[in-house]
Amino acid sequence: METLAHPADAAINRRLTKEEKIRFLREMFRIRRFEQTSLKYYNLGKMGGFLHLYSGQEAVAIGTVSLLGENDHLVTAYRDHGHALAVGMDMKACMAELFGKATGCSKGKGGSMHFFAPDKKFWGGHGIVGGQTPLGLGLAFGLKYKGLRGCCLCYLGDGAVNQGTFHESLNVAALFKLPVIYIIENNGYSMGTSQKRSSSFQEALAKRAEGYDMVWDVFKGEDVYEVRAKTQIAIDRAHNDSEPTLLEIQTYRYYGHSVADANAKKYRTPEEIERYKANHDPIRIWSRRLMEEGILTETQIENIDVEAKEETNDAVKFAEGSPFPSEDEILSDVYWEVDHQTDAAKYGRYFFNS
Amino acid sequence: MPLITYREALKNALSEEIERDENVFILGEEVAQYNGAYKVTEGLWKKYGDKRVVDTPISEAGFIGMGIGAAMLGLRPVIELMFWSFAYVGFDQIVNNAGCVRYMSGGLVNLPLVIRGPANGGTNVGATHSHTPENLLATTPGLKVVTPATAYDAKGLMKTAIRDNDPVMVMENTLLYGEKWEVPDEEYLVPLGVADVKRQGNDITLIAHGRAVITCLKAAELLAAEHKISAEVIDLRSIRPLDEGTLLDSVRKTHRAVVVEENKPFCGVGAQIASTLQEAIFDELDAPVGRVSSLDGPAIYSPPLEKKQLPDAARVIAKVLDLC
Repeated sequence: METLAHPADAAINRRLTKEEKIRFLREMFRIRRFEQTSLKYYNLGKMGGFLHLYSGQEAVAIGTVSLLGENDHLVTAYRDHGHALAVGMDMKACMAELFGKATGCSKGKGGSMHFFAPDKKFWGGHGIVGGQTPLGLGLAFGLKYKGLRGCCLCYLGDGAVNQGTFHESLNVAALFKLPVIYIIENNGYSMGTSQKRSSSFQEALAKRAEGYDMVWDVFKGEDVYEVRAKTQIAIDRAHNDSEPTLLEIQTYRYYGHSVADANAKKYRTPEEIERYKANHDPIRIWSRRLMEEGILTETQIENIDVEAKEETNDAVKFAEGSPFPSEDEILSDVYWEVDHQTDAAKYGRYFFNS
Repeated sequence: MPLITYREALKNALSEEIERDENVFILGEEVAQYNGAYKVTEGLWKKYGDKRVVDTPISEAGFIGMGIGAAMLGLRPVIELMFWSFAYVGFDQIVNNAGCVRYMSGGLVNLPLVIRGPANGGTNVGATHSHTPENLLATTPGLKVVTPATAYDAKGLMKTAIRDNDPVMVMENTLLYGEKWEVPDEEYLVPLGVADVKRQGNDITLIAHGRAVITCLKAAELLAAEHKISAEVIDLRSIRPLDEGTLLDSVRKTHRAVVVEENKPFCGVGAQIASTLQEAIFDELDAPVGRVSSLDGPAIYSPPLEKKQLPDAARVIAKVLDLC
């Protein structure tokens, strides 16, 4: 892999305007505040199910998504709020989805793990570990089939690397030369099991790519510059050579696997979490950079955070004020042909309620 | 009208749809260079090339999921499973991704794809290769399931399935691939959700799908010749959507019904239909709804015994005589 004296010097980063750099900070604050706020309302009993928080990993979603162009797509697993906000999904609709409301991004039908925005080339939001990895393959296949110069970023957690579908996908990606980039967001824990206790092969997870003759890289995910510089190399490879890449981005999550993770405080120490927050927090690191570069003052940064907090509060107000889906919504959005009352849906019974 | 095999009918459907729509392509194990494990795709790779007929490694979960991802971008993959039994290693992709993504996205995504291949017992390949999962998949809202019993229906249903904008599971039968039926040269479509009265009758209705339809037609002939019982035979063709109207009309006329399937009895398609009949037209029934299914163990290998495990005309006739 190309090594750079400093990731900030990479061409893709030198091109950044002041406004873009500020936007990255704002987007990371928005994700952080969104997650904190959703945790608060989850604990108040306003949300059902699971809540897998992205806090601590923000630079990965923001850095990678910031590189995407017209024909670049993405798909991820269940820890999907960060990616959803990064691609520009409406925060109000995302919050309303968590509240199970009709105004949610999936009309309250998908929940936290299943956010989608095809108009932003974001294809979910998938609940089963590793289940999205063949979808990333298919999106890349589709681009190649249509002759489009693009790629698909397919994110997964470190816990997904031992699923069969992931290995099937790596093999086909390399074999078919598909423009897909698998991004392992390695936060160190597959639920409550450390990498040491879940993977026989103890070197970099991404090194498994060698078994499939695929290029790989591993790097830290705390600095937007580094994430962008390293990911751009893989995107160029996808765009120019239609070759896949496996990236492992080392990151950290501040909360448990999900909010329902009863052992979140047992399998790692509070000191470990605090140490990461103090030294590796992506928002702190990016804030410091912007101050060093003379782009923002501390007060300006605080104001951006306050704005993000206000926006999340507005999103909660919107969600709380929205209605739940009506009961007939249980049976819509099941079949396209039925929803559109096409000729194909004219015959036969589709739903078997007595 | 030309007589062609069930296999040729399927191939013609695939070929015509590939020609009709540039987004249609075939994906699966041995579909291209090998010409198809059961020769359904024979000659298509030579004719249409690597882009439209794609060989995959033996990675069912991987390539089913790849088809689903491609369908997200508007392609129309026709994914061949060498056996529907192999779907079980890709079940998450079929049920969670093909079946649930439209719903979980609040209707933002639709998946125009077909998964097809043989789903049948009777070929002495043991339990792992003899599964008939039409009930398992029809129980997933979001999926459609069709089970053609003749070459005519195989072609017409396949073409409709490819043009459908939802995921359609097409379950074929290796024992039918070589059988011939009349199939017109000119284009036609068989809609999903329309059952077909394959034989008219007045005394009892035999309801079946897939190869069990052929078994019922044999049984009906013998019932007429040997027992003076006039049996109506209804081919469901489509499991979901399900044409209940045709069934109910027939049973209102005959007042008796037997549901025949090559699947296992527990929670089978027959159970659903028996429930529908008693709920909708209880007063019209002159006898309990009978069921004939495969005998309720895993598919046995031993050739003469497997013949006994699957429903045959004799078992259908015995059940009819119980009820008439």
